[in-house]
Amino acid sequence: MTSRSRIPFYFAILLLIAAGISIAVWRHVELRIPWFTGEQQPVWMVEARIDFTGTGEPVLASMNIPDQPPGFRIISEQAASPGYGFSIVEDSGERRAEWSKRDVSGAQTLYFKVQLVPDEQIQPDRPRQQPKPEPAFWEEPQATAVEELLQQAAARSSTPESMTRELIKLLQPDSSAQNTTLLVSNDNYINLLNRMLNHAGIPARTADGLALEDARRRQQLRPFLQIYDGNKWLTFNPRTAEQGLPENVLLWRQAATSLLDVVGGDDSEVSFSMLRQTVPALQLAQAQSAENGLGFLSLYQLPIEEQGMFRMLLLLPLGALVVAFMRIVVGIRTSGTFMPILIAVAFVQTTLIPGLIAFVSVVAIGLLMRGYLSSLNLLLVSRISALIILVIFITAGLSIVGYQMGFNTGMTVTFFPMVIIAWTIERMSILWEEEGAREVFVQGAGSLFVAVCAFLLMSAPLAEHLTFNFPELHFVVLGLILLMGQYTGYKLSELRRFHPMKAYD
Amino acid sequence: MGWISPFKLNQLGMLNMNRRNVDYIARYNSRASYPLVDNKLKTKLVVAEYDVRTPRLLQVVRQQHEIPHFRQIADDLTGFAIKPAKGSGGKGITVITGRDGDEYIKASGARVPSAYLERHLSNILAGLYSLAGTPDVAVVENLVESIPGLARYSYQGVPDIRIVVFQGYPVMAMLRLATKASDGKANLHQGAVGVGLNIANGHGLNAVQFNRPILLHPDTGLALENIVIDDWQEMLVMASRCYEATGLGYMGVDLVVDVNEGPLLLELNARPGLAIQMANGRGLLPRLRQIEAIRKPHFTPEERAAFAMETFASSI
Repeated sequence: MTSRSRIPFYFAILLLIAAGISIAVWRHVELRIPWFTGEQQPVWMVEARIDFTGTGEPVLASMNIPDQPPGFRIISEQAASPGYGFSIVEDSGERRAEWSKRDVSGAQTLYFKVQLVPDEQIQPDRPRQQPKPEPAFWEEPQATAVEELLQQAAARSSTPESMTRELIKLLQPDSSAQNTTLLVSNDNYINLLNRMLNHAGIPARTADGLALEDARRRQQLRPFLQIYDGNKWLTFNPRTAEQGLPENVLLWRQAATSLLDVVGGDDSEVSFSMLRQTVPALQLAQAQSAENGLGFLSLYQLPIEEQGMFRMLLLLPLGALVVAFMRIVVGIRTSGTFMPILIAVAFVQTTLIPGLIAFVSVVAIGLLMRGYLSSLNLLLVSRISALIILVIFITAGLSIVGYQMGFNTGMTVTFFPMVIIAWTIERMSILWEEEGAREVFVQGAGSLFVAVCAFLLMSAPLAEHLTFNFPELHFVVLGLILLMGQYTGYKLSELRRFHPMKAYD
Repeated sequence: MGWISPFKLNQLGMLNMNRRNVDYIARYNSRASYPLVDNKLKTKLVVAEYDVRTPRLLQVVRQQHEIPHFRQIADDLTGFAIKPAKGSGGKGITVITGRDGDEYIKASGARVPSAYLERHLSNILAGLYSLAGTPDVAVVENLVESIPGLARYSYQGVPDIRIVVFQGYPVMAMLRLATKASDGKANLHQGAVGVGLNIANGHGLNAVQFNRPILLHPDTGLALENIVIDDWQEMLVMASRCYEATGLGYMGVDLVVDVNEGPLLLELNARPGLAIQMANGRGLLPRLRQIEAIRKPHFTPEERAAFAMETFASSI
């Protein structure tokens, strides 16, 4: 009989493991679930403060708020303004926060807070409508000056970007162009630039940016020039002609015509303060999983209680992996195939040393009592049942004694699965009678050793983090267990067992 | 304390547990045939059709309420063995060799009251010794009396012969002798002596106890290399027949030689242990591969036994 081809099997295993890893990587990238525990991510908390004076009339304050600012992801937005009605409205591609109140008089302060995470990948969507240059009208003599400057800039450039850069250079006071002084005054500079570019047929607009620096208060927005290159809006520094948005600058206002409109109030002004915070990356990912399309694949949507259950359940495959490895590759004898996993799970609850002490003492006392039960000549089922009750008595006794002696850990005995312990005692007792005490110790120690190994793996914070946050990694565990099922090599223990064969070599 | 390198084991052709399970048991033993060998009662019935004799069945205890009547029936018996039908590895087998008033004498010489036997029967019925803890029946068989030629080697207990049969060909054999350490049981891991047997002629090759080579039986002090099994070919043919009876491609056949009835089948094992290799001082793998390489299998048990005697004349 020829051996069947195992290639499809190995291929399937490979596929399974690859699928597990790639889903995990995908979810890491998409949902930003961190690989490690305790990973922190910086978050900017930006607060806009609006001050105005009420004139005793109904007030409607409307402020533009960030909408897909390049390089930042908005996590949360909230307004704090007692007594005001508040809502966020989206209107013709711009987002505005609106506060309203019937009778307002005296100094008023409104707050709007937004939490942002730096994220290189965030770019604004393509505008639905292609922006068109707005026609501008000039009077003489400015009209001639504008034409001349634009011609100069156009002569030195080839694309809208270079045209913009050249024009900005020409408009600087130290440039040699004489027409500059005629046109430029301090307060209309950015506006002029904007109009001139539009006049030259390049869609342009001004945007307001906020330089983010930790713990700054009373900051103002800085204007930036944006032109449309046919695909997206490009940002320029209007003074240095530097293209692109500097790092840590948040474009607060992009498409909107105005930053703040207050109806029914005077002396309105906006100022910003900001704070750099760090939050656990995992918390961030969980908070956002609901919004993301992939969120339904994670366990975060479940009620907290079920999540806690799954945290435990998803650790079990690791225990199974340890047991499979220990039995198939190492060759450790255990009493009951998967009893060590259940013990390990109990250890996770009790912590190792108290758990070990409790387990060994329960089993030892149980074995003594089982000795008496065996002399009673009982049927097996009733003997095991009696044993279960005795085990419960023993655990209760240990808990009470432990508590009275001041060891709270004594009470953790209750985490052990009673029925499993009862069966363990029964099996060990039979083993004792049939094979002698040595075998009982070998198997008991083997079980405990495997349980401790499984516990050490399962209680590692990284293991809990990965199994719960990347449940798809269990495909990998499954693949490894299936692979081990095909292991036909020698167990470690067999290298000892068969060593007398050396004599026959 | 010593270790052997896996390469050396491979070179010696030692079959290991994982390979046995995956490459031989899982591949050649159909799951459907397992109940035949895992249940001694079924084994008895099925091999009888193939002219393989087993110890005489005296009684089957199936229900708890039959246990009190057991004593009355047992009154007529002098020697008998109580076995769980689904037991494995000799667990739960109690051998009674005689009576002394109200007490029974176990093979070890210990005297036990009838209550002991009743509790034992009740344990068997509850499934304490059965493979998966399922309810079981107790089989009461006639006591096997080993031929003196073999019995003298063993410390109490009945020496039995384990033959590994692969696809109907006997590939390796050993004689198991109980010792004081093994408490009269013929299980190697409990300290019984295993004597490898030459498939060609039934002569002793080599002996081990606790996996260590020995020359003399630790209790009886007899030299083990002079052992010769009579009717060797008949035993090989019997073992070979069990293949037709059960359809198991890889199994262990346990035989005894009764002083009155000749060779008898004690039990079949679908998961025979690996210690037979230590007793023979050689690995199973070369022989198994040789059988796997046979293009034209022999159809009768006689032919297969003859082929094995010729091929495995302890050369490999």
